[in-house]
Amino acid sequence: MNHWAFIAAAYGLTALGTVGVLIWSYLDMRRAEKAVADLEKRK
Amino acid sequence: MHAYANPARFLKIARPLTPVFLGLGLLLVLFGSYAGLVLTPPDYLQGDSVRIMYVHVPAAWLGMGGWSGIAIASIVQLVWRHPLAGVSARAIAAPGALFTAICLITGSIWGRPTWGTWWEWDGRMTSMLILLFLYFGYMALANASDERTSVSRATAIFGIVGAVNIPIINRSVVWWNSLHQGPSITLRGSTISSEILWPLLPMVIGFSLLFGGIVLMRMRANLAEAKVEARMRRMAAS
Repeated sequence: MNHWAFIAAAYGLTALGTVGVLIWSYLDMRRAEKAVADLEKRK
Repeated sequence: MHAYANPARFLKIARPLTPVFLGLGLLLVLFGSYAGLVLTPPDYLQGDSVRIMYVHVPAAWLGMGGWSGIAIASIVQLVWRHPLAGVSARAIAAPGALFTAICLITGSIWGRPTWGTWWEWDGRMTSMLILLFLYFGYMALANASDERTSVSRATAIFGIVGAVNIPIINRSVVWWNSLHQGPSITLRGSTISSEILWPLLPMVIGFSLLFGGIVLMRMRANLAEAKVEARMRRMAAS
């Protein structure tokens, strides 16, 4: 049995999940911190 | 510990630390992946499928470590009322659930060429699946409250009680006969050959740093959202 298809699936899924949660968390942080900055400018 | 109870002081440390964690974590994971896929030899019994270990083990470590973090933060919240404990517990939940899911799926993918089956209802896999459901329950409870800088008392207690599952996961392969291999890395050493084992260290450290960076970003987002909500409430009241 060729194992490389299984290895590619495992690494691909790990990369996809990790990058996905990284981008999601980064965008959430940027949006929230921008909202604070905008609010402070309005003061 | 209370020296860092002030969110402003925490943010002063978290802001420069976030890119350091993410950058260093990414470098280590890329190097560890290259080493695990190219530099190490195949296992004499499992063949090339052993390379799945380099993503499966860090994911298992972070799934279990994440819940341990939630349990510690929950105790700190209930006992010392540390203002950042709830924020950190809430921030750990989503990446913890993600890495638990990655552990289950990569384990299943590894199981097919090694055991001849995708899934086995044994102690290790079942207790790990329970951990994933515990994460889902924790996130549902935490999100039931509008409070972003804390979690409810019931959520914190759930975080502590759920930690009972961590030693069960750890000892499951000893307590119950299973297709899953026994503990191969213990405090006394490892049964895995060092020429196969070594890339696991940069992978575990790298993924842990990425996890830390993700948690810091989520904590920063929660604190910023709480600040905006508080300001809006004050503006609405005045």
